[in-house]
Formats: sequence, structure tokens, C-alpha cells
Amino acid sequence: MREITRRGFGRTLAGTAAAAATASALAPFTFSPRAARAAASAHVVVVGGGFGGATAAKALKRAVPEMRVTLVEQNAQFVTCPYSNLVLGGWRELDSITHSYDALRERWGIEVVQARAAGIDGEARTVTLEGGESLSFDRAIVSPGIDLRLPGEGGIEGYDEAAWEAMPHAWKAGPQTSLLRAQLEAMEDGGTFVIAAPPNPFRCPPGPYERISLIAHYLSTQKPNSRILLLDSKDSFSKQGLFTAAWERFYPGMIEIRLLPDDGKVVRVDPAAMELETEFGEIHRADVANVVPPQWAGRIARESGLAAESGWCPVEPTTFESSLVPGVHVVGDASIAAPMPKSGFSAHNQGKAAAAACVALLAGEAPANPAWANTCYSHVAPGYAISVAAVYRVEEGAMTAVEGAGGLSGADWDDGQRQLEAAYADGWYRSITEDMFG
Amino acid sequence: MKGLAIGTAAAVSLLLAVGGAVAEEPVDVEILAGTCAGCHGAELQGAGAVPRLRGHSADYLRFTLQSFKSGERPATVMDRLARGYRDAEIEALALYLSELE
Repeated sequence: MREITRRGFGRTLAGTAAAAATASALAPFTFSPRAARAAASAHVVVVGGGFGGATAAKALKRAVPEMRVTLVEQNAQFVTCPYSNLVLGGWRELDSITHSYDALRERWGIEVVQARAAGIDGEARTVTLEGGESLSFDRAIVSPGIDLRLPGEGGIEGYDEAAWEAMPHAWKAGPQTSLLRAQLEAMEDGGTFVIAAPPNPFRCPPGPYERISLIAHYLSTQKPNSRILLLDSKDSFSKQGLFTAAWERFYPGMIEIRLLPDDGKVVRVDPAAMELETEFGEIHRADVANVVPPQWAGRIARESGLAAESGWCPVEPTTFESSLVPGVHVVGDASIAAPMPKSGFSAHNQGKAAAAACVALLAGEAPANPAWANTCYSHVAPGYAISVAAVYRVEEGAMTAVEGAGGLSGADWDDGQRQLEAAYADGWYRSITEDMFG
Repeated sequence: MKGLAIGTAAAVSLLLAVGGAVAEEPVDVEILAGTCAGCHGAELQGAGAVPRLRGHSADYLRFTLQSFKSGERPATVMDRLARGYRDAEIEALALYLSELE
């Protein structure tokens, strides 16, 4: 039986929490006065305004309002990949998943610079922008997301940037989402939608399968003679049992699954002919094709020496500081944080942990030891969603999933539980985007 | 045994003392609470069907989290998550959340 010593614990807690409460906002972490002073005079530059970066920027400002925080983001607004499948399915419009940076600027005092970063120099401690402007930093947090690999980079033969128009990836949300949706709307009843799913590791493990679900729902209601073909480079996928059981129930006979052992790996595409060729030479013709190719860390990370040969960024798990470039943290999809999945939930969590670590390190103090969680919700049909969850800690220097915790939604749950998960998924989307951009 | 706060970086740390055995690493409760905001709202005020966390009594929060952890209370995801947290972390979270106005 563990004993918890409470030497002054209750008092300390109350004292600290009272300070947090008077701010009438949830401060994610508090620091000693010395740490707060050291951090107040610092400048932290965040590169990438998504689930990792926007979260980190705001978390820094919450903790130390006087700190100078600059957020470099190339787009004027942020369109979330999470819930973009709902736009593809016709359940939502794109504006409902589009978020402004206004509150980060006006309410939180973050300098949001709309620009592409051209380079990050860890020694000089500068971020150079594509206009030539240079930003000096005391510490940096980089959350650049992913890039799709092109042919010659480990991508798929024939799937170059020009091919993205005929065969959208829609693996970065925004115009690609609208493009794929328009193609689905234009497809005639009886047509075939083909989706090529990538090998591990990739952004959002359940993503392709939620996408199939939403598109299957659309087709089953509007174009019921249509078919869906999954060509997968993997031999299994996230929440596979739950997805396939639900597909059987809601979209029987509509979805054909070809995993890796069944010649599911796409090795070449011909966008003009709308053909996809798999490993053993079979050619599949698509009326609408969604190709999700192999991926790697966003370009800025790779060009700044933050990525290893694998194309992903190694980090120290407690602080997410780059193992290759001291003073620079990398969070989100670009980082190697396995077994944490490459999800928005993970990136949000990691952004907060990295922000906390930054403040501690700026003061020359030891960073706190974090724990993280992930919950990935997938909508399968209206009022029916499934999830996978986990809790993570650093154990013996490695990111580890806590044994006995986490897991999948039950295989035998009733419709009421599936409906609750769908409602909770909506609550998650509202909460996380409010936490990032509100 | 470690001090109450490692380098005072996290003023609200936990201390686990196991007689004679190695103490576990303290975890910053405020970073834990930050994770909750992903579903429970930026200010833990709730979002749609996801309930509010702030302003409940520590007793209620502790009881609820322990009930999720033990599996006594029916849940969709909270049981899976609560099992990942130590009793002392649940205690700290309950106290911390109850202090929010």
C-alpha cells in the first residue's frame, strides 16, 4: 500500500491553485517566480500553427504572459484534418473546420506571422523566413506536420504534385478536401471510389478508414450502386475489427478490402488514365481515386537538420527537444514519439509538454515529468463512432504506453454506447479547437 | 526520496513514498490537467455531451475518477484513461480541479 507524504502538499496545492484560479483561466503549469522572470524576458519562436504549434504558442502565453511568442504559419487560416472526413461525407461544410488566428493575436498577444519558414539555425538560434527576414529565438518549437513523399523520395511512381489534382490525397486539409468532395459529388451512381492507404508510420492511423466510412455513407444514401476499393500497403489497420464489423452492418457489399498480403500495395499510378497498379501487376481503374502516399516530416524540419535518415525527427521524450539540434523542440506528426500515434490529440498534448519544458529550461530548471494521453475517435455512421485510447509515460528514457490502460471501444457495445462516442467525438473537436485557437 | 518539486519547476508536484522502495517520478498535475482540456474544453467547462470538470468538489472528482479506474462506473473512454493514472495523480487532479472557480 503506497503512502503519500503530504508535507505541506495540501497547502502548496491550494496556494498555487488559488493563484491560477484568480486568473480565471486554466494555467497549464505554474513556475517558481525565478523561472517566470527568466522566461518573461525570452523570445520563443513556434514554427507551424496547427495542433502542435498553435497549442504550444498559447500554452507559453498562458504560463508566462510577458514572454515574447512568435508563431510562424504559412496559411492565413487553419483547416483541420480531423473532421475533414465529415466534409467529404457531406456531414459538414469546410468553414466549420476552418479556424482563424485572430484570437491568438488579439486575446493572447502572440505575434502570428503569415510566412513560410525557410530555415532554422540551431547554433545561431534564428528562424529565417522566405522573405529573408530573420527571427532570433531563445528556444524554438517546430511543429511542421508531414509532407507527402514524391516519386524518387520513397513515394509512389507517377504520384507527383501534378497528380494531386486528378487523384487528391486530401491528407492536408483545405483545397484538397474540397477537390475530393467535388469529385465524389460528380461521380455517377455505379462508379468506383478507390483509396490507396499508406504503410506505417503515417499521419492519423484510423484516418483512411474513417474516410471510407463517411464516403460509404454518402454513397449508400446518394449513389447506392457505387463501390469502394481499399488498396492497403499494410497487413492490418487501426481499429480494423471495429471498422469491418460496422461496414458489414451499415454498408454491406459496398467495400472491398485488399490488404498487403492480397496485393494491396499500390506501386504506380497513372492519373491520366485513372489507374492504380499494385505490387503484383494488377491494374485497378477508378472513377474517383484518393491516393495517400508514404510520408515524412514537413520540409522545414528536414531542411534544418532536425530529421534523421528515416525522414522523421528524433526527440528526447520528456521535453520533445530535438536529439539533433539543441534548443529546438519538435512536436506533432513530424516527431518520433512512438508508441504515441501521429494524431492531433497527441500533437496537442506534446505542444503543451514542450511549452512547459521550454519555460523550465529557459530558467535553467529541470523540466517536469509529463504523462500524455491519446484518444482517437472515428465516425463510422451517423450517431455511431468508435475510439482507441492510451496513456503514455517516459519509462527508462523511452516513451511507453501504460500497461493495463487504454484500448479499443468494445466489440460488443450497444448502439447507445456508439452514440455516446459520436457525441463525445463532437465534444472533443469543439474542445481541442477552442483550446488551440480560442 | 525526491523533494516536493524538482527544481521547483512544477509547484504542484506529487511525492510518492514507498517504505524502503524506490519513489516513482513525480508528475506535474497541471500538465495532466492540460491533457483533459482536449475533450473537456479549454477552460474545463465541458463541451456538448462532454462534462464540465471545473468547480466540482474534490470528493466528487476523486470518487468519479476512482470509479472509472476500478470499472465500477460505466464508461466509454474514461475507464480506459483513468487506468493509466496513479492514485496519487487522481488525488492531485481532484484537488486541483476542485480549486478552479
